[in-house]
Amino acid sequence: MSQVGNMPSRERALHALNRLGFGPAPGDIDRIDQIGADQWISRQLESQSMPEPPALTANLAAMDTLGMSPIDLFTTYWMPVQQAKGDMMARRQARQRANVVVQEAAEARLMRALYSPRQLHEVMTAFWFNHFNVFARKGPCAVWVGAYEEEAIRPHALGRFRDLLGATAKHPAMLFYLDNWQNTGPDSPGKRGPFQGINENYAREVMELHTVGVNGGYRQADVTALAHILTGWGIRRRRFARAGGGGRFGANPWWMRRRAPLMSGAVIDGNGFFFDPRRHDFGDQIFLGRTFQGSGIAEGEAALDMLAASPATANHISYQLAQYFVADDPPPALVTRMAARFARTNGDIRATLEALFASPEFWDTDAFGAKFKTPYEFVISSARLTGARVSNYRPLAGEMALLGMPLYGCLTPDGYKNTRAAWLNPDAMMMRLSFASALGMGHLPIETPPFEELSMEPAHRVTDGTIQPTRFVAAPMQPPEPAQLAMALGGGFSQSTSDAIGAAPVNLRSALILGSPEFMTR
Amino acid sequence: MADDEYLSNRRAARARTIGRREFLKGAAMLGAAGVVMIGPHAWAAHAMAGDTSRKRLVVVFMRGAVDGLNVVVPHGDSAYYEARPTLAIPRAGGDGGVIDLDGFFGLHPALAALAPSWQNGTLAFVHACGSPDPTRSHFEAQAYMESGTPGVNATGDGWMNRVLAALPGAHGPTEAISLGPTVPRILTGRIEVANIPLGRAATRPMPLDRPIIQTAFDRLYTGGDPMSEAYREGVVARRKLMGELEQDMQAADAGAPSPVGFSDDTDRLAHLIARDPSIRLAFMALGGWDTHVSEGASRGQLANHLKPLGDGLASFAEALGPHYADTVIVVISEFGRMVRQNGNGGTDHGHGNVMWVMGGPVAGRKVYGRWPGLANQELYQERDLAITTDFREPIATVLAGHMGLGAAQIDLVFPGRPPMSGNTGGLLRT
Repeated sequence: MSQVGNMPSRERALHALNRLGFGPAPGDIDRIDQIGADQWISRQLESQSMPEPPALTANLAAMDTLGMSPIDLFTTYWMPVQQAKGDMMARRQARQRANVVVQEAAEARLMRALYSPRQLHEVMTAFWFNHFNVFARKGPCAVWVGAYEEEAIRPHALGRFRDLLGATAKHPAMLFYLDNWQNTGPDSPGKRGPFQGINENYAREVMELHTVGVNGGYRQADVTALAHILTGWGIRRRRFARAGGGGRFGANPWWMRRRAPLMSGAVIDGNGFFFDPRRHDFGDQIFLGRTFQGSGIAEGEAALDMLAASPATANHISYQLAQYFVADDPPPALVTRMAARFARTNGDIRATLEALFASPEFWDTDAFGAKFKTPYEFVISSARLTGARVSNYRPLAGEMALLGMPLYGCLTPDGYKNTRAAWLNPDAMMMRLSFASALGMGHLPIETPPFEELSMEPAHRVTDGTIQPTRFVAAPMQPPEPAQLAMALGGGFSQSTSDAIGAAPVNLRSALILGSPEFMTR
Repeated sequence: MADDEYLSNRRAARARTIGRREFLKGAAMLGAAGVVMIGPHAWAAHAMAGDTSRKRLVVVFMRGAVDGLNVVVPHGDSAYYEARPTLAIPRAGGDGGVIDLDGFFGLHPALAALAPSWQNGTLAFVHACGSPDPTRSHFEAQAYMESGTPGVNATGDGWMNRVLAALPGAHGPTEAISLGPTVPRILTGRIEVANIPLGRAATRPMPLDRPIIQTAFDRLYTGGDPMSEAYREGVVARRKLMGELEQDMQAADAGAPSPVGFSDDTDRLAHLIARDPSIRLAFMALGGWDTHVSEGASRGQLANHLKPLGDGLASFAEALGPHYADTVIVVISEFGRMVRQNGNGGTDHGHGNVMWVMGGPVAGRKVYGRWPGLANQELYQERDLAITTDFREPIATVLAGHMGLGAAQIDLVFPGRPPMSGNTGGLLRT
C-alpha cells in the first residue's frame, strides 16, 4: 500500500504513538512496525473492541468511588461537607474524606493514560474533558469531576458529537460549574430560594466554547434566548424514593427536598439530571433566527440539535482537532475537509478523525515533532517511556500542577491550550528538566506507595481537593537504562543531542534523553 | 477559541527577534560556564547604563470580569440601588457601608486597607472605563485587553511587551517579569520575558540547580531554536531570582514567611523590585471574579476576593518603601458586569468597569472619568455601564508621564488607539 504524505517510514510509528497516544512505552514502536502504522491506527479508532490488561481493570475496579453516581457521591461525600457548615474541624474532616473522590479520579485517569492500549481513546477523553471543561474546586464539582468523565465524556469520546454535547449539558458537574442548575424562568411558578431568574453563563459558553465558536454568528439576544430555552435544566441531588430528608428541619434545606410523583413534563436521568418544568419559561423564544415555541425540555434539545448541526460547529471542532493532532496553526484546507466530513456524518467523531489520520497533512514531514508537549503530555509520556510500574501517582500529578496544568484544576471553561506559545517559557524549561533529572536518575518516588510518613512537609499534603506538588524525597526506583530509553524511543536523536548525551556522565544520560529537545515535542 | 490566531502568530514574532538573541548565542558559545559568567547583575548593569530611570509599571489583571460597580460604588446614584435590591453596598455610615470617597463614589468595605492610600493621595480610579469592543466573552475580551488592540485578532504580541521594546537600553530577561507558571499574552512578543513561579514553588530547590546537572543540559540547548532560548533565559533568570531570594531570607527584617497567597507573592515581587533596578515591568493575574451566582454585597464571595487583593496591594506599597515613589500600579479587568443583578444573587457579563491606578506618581484621591449614569437610557445596550474612557487612555497617560514614552512610541504600543478624551488629564503629578 502506498503511503500518504511525505514523512519517512522510520518516523511513522513514533509519529502515530505521539499523536494518537501519549508516546511510546518500551516495545511499542516494534509492535507498530510489525503491523504497520495504518493498521495500528484503524485498531485505535475501534479501540472499544481492544481488551484492557487485567491488572488495569482490577486496579480500576478497586477504586470505590469510580463507579458511583453523582447522586450517591453527593449524599455520601458532599453533604457531610455542607452539613459541617459552622464546625471548622468537622468541615475539614469531611473535605478530606471527599478528597478521596478526586484523587481516585486523577489516579484512574493517569493509570489509563499510562497503561491502557486504547491510547486514542485516552487522548480523546482528555481532549473532550478539556473542551467541555469543569473545575474540581467549584462546590460539589469536587466530587463530580470523575463521574463527569466516566458518564459524559468517556462513552462518547469517539462517538457522536451531539451525544457528547447532550451528556455534558445534562451532567450535574456542568450544570453546577456553569450555573445553569439555577437558571430559572423569571415568572415561573418554581421561582424560589436560589432559583430567582435567568443565568446566562452556560448559554453563552455552550456557544462560544463548546459548539459554534466565538465568531459563530450569535449575538447577545441569542445568548439571552438560549438561557430562557434552558431554564429548568437542573440537578437532582437525592434519590426521589428517599425524599423528605427527615421533617421540616431535616438534614436538607427545603429546596433540595422533593415530593414524588414528578409533575408532567419533568425529566430525570440516572446521573442526576432533573428538568423541572415548574422553573421553565414556557414563553416562545427567537434563537438564531428561528422561533422556539415554549414546550419544555424539547426546546432545549432542539436548540442543542441546531448548535451541533451548525456548519460553524463543524468548523470550530475540526479546527481544534487539527490543532491538537497536526499543528498549532493547522492547515486550513485540512480543517475544511474535516469539517465537511464532520457535517456529512452528522458529527461522527470517529469518521472525522479517520479523515484527519488519512490526510497528507497529518503525514507531512513538517508535522513530525511539531507539537510542543503540554505538561500533561510531557509527564505522562516520560513515565511511559521509562516503563515504570507506577504505584504512586502523586509526583506525576504534582508535576503537572507545578507546570501550571493541574488535572481537573483549570478554573476557566475554555480549558487548557495545547500550543507551544502557551507552554514554552523559561521557567517551564527549568521545571521540566528538573523533573526529567529526577525521573532519569530514579529519584522520583513513583514506584513506592504514597506513605504519608515519606512526605512530612506541609507542601506535600493534599489540601482542598488538589494534589500539591510532591518533592522528590527518596530513590526507591531503579534508574531507567539510557540504552533502553533510546531504544524505546526508536533512536532518532539529532547529532547534537547524541553528542550531548554521550558527553554526559552515565548516571545523567537517561535524564538527558527525557529532557532532550526531541522528547519535549511530539 | 478566540485566541488561536494570535498564538500562532507568535512564532512569526519570535523569528523577528534580533539583537539580544545574538548576544545570548554568543554567551552560549562560551559553553556552559558562559551563561553563568554573565552573572546575576550584568543585566541590571546594562539597563542602568542606558537609562538611569528606575520607574516601574506593575499591572494586575483581575481575570473573570470584576463587578466594578461594587468595587467603586456610585452610592450617589439612586438607580444603582434600584438595580441591585440584594447586592448593593449600603451608603456610608451604616453596617457594611461603603467607605465614602468623594460624596458620590464609595469604596467596597473589603478594600479598607487601601483607604490610607486614598487619603494620602496616591490612589485614583477611572470609572466607566474599559475596552470599546462589544464582546462579552471573557477570553476574547482578555485577549483584546492584553494585545492592546480591541477588535483586532491578528495582533501577535502583548502591549506590555511592546512597552518593553520601546524602553531604551538592552533588555535583560528580568526587565519584565510575570508571576505564574506561564507567560501571559500581555507580555508575549519580540522580547523574552522571565516568569517566576508563585507561592512555595518559587523557592524550592530543584535538581537543575546542581551544577553538574545544569552543565549536562547546557550542552543540549545551545541552538537558536525557541526551546534553547527559553532554556538559557531560564538559567539566567533562575540564578538571578534565587540569588535575590536568598538575600531576602537572610535579611533580618524578612521575618516569618507570610501565608501562601497574593500577599506573599506581592511581597516577594516588592522585594525583588526594591533590590533589582533592572525590573521595569511586572505582571500578575488573579482569578475568581466571575460572580454569576451568590456574589454577596458587603460580605460574601466578591468581598472575600477583594480583601486579599486590597491587603496585598497595601502591603506591596509598604514593602516597596522608597520605590513606591517610582512605581505605578494599574489594576484592570476585561469588562464589568450587568447593572441589574441576575436571578441567582449574582451578576452576568457587562461592559464598562473601573480601573485602579495607584503609586507615588499618581495624583490620587480622585475618581477620574465621566460618569454616564445608570438610568436605563444611559446604559450600554440597555443593560450595562457605558464606557466613556477607553482603557488605553489612562495607560497611555502613565506611559507618557511616568515611563517617559513619546507619542510615537505609544502609538506603537497601542496602534489605532482613539484620540484622547481628556478624561484622565492630570492623572499623574507633574
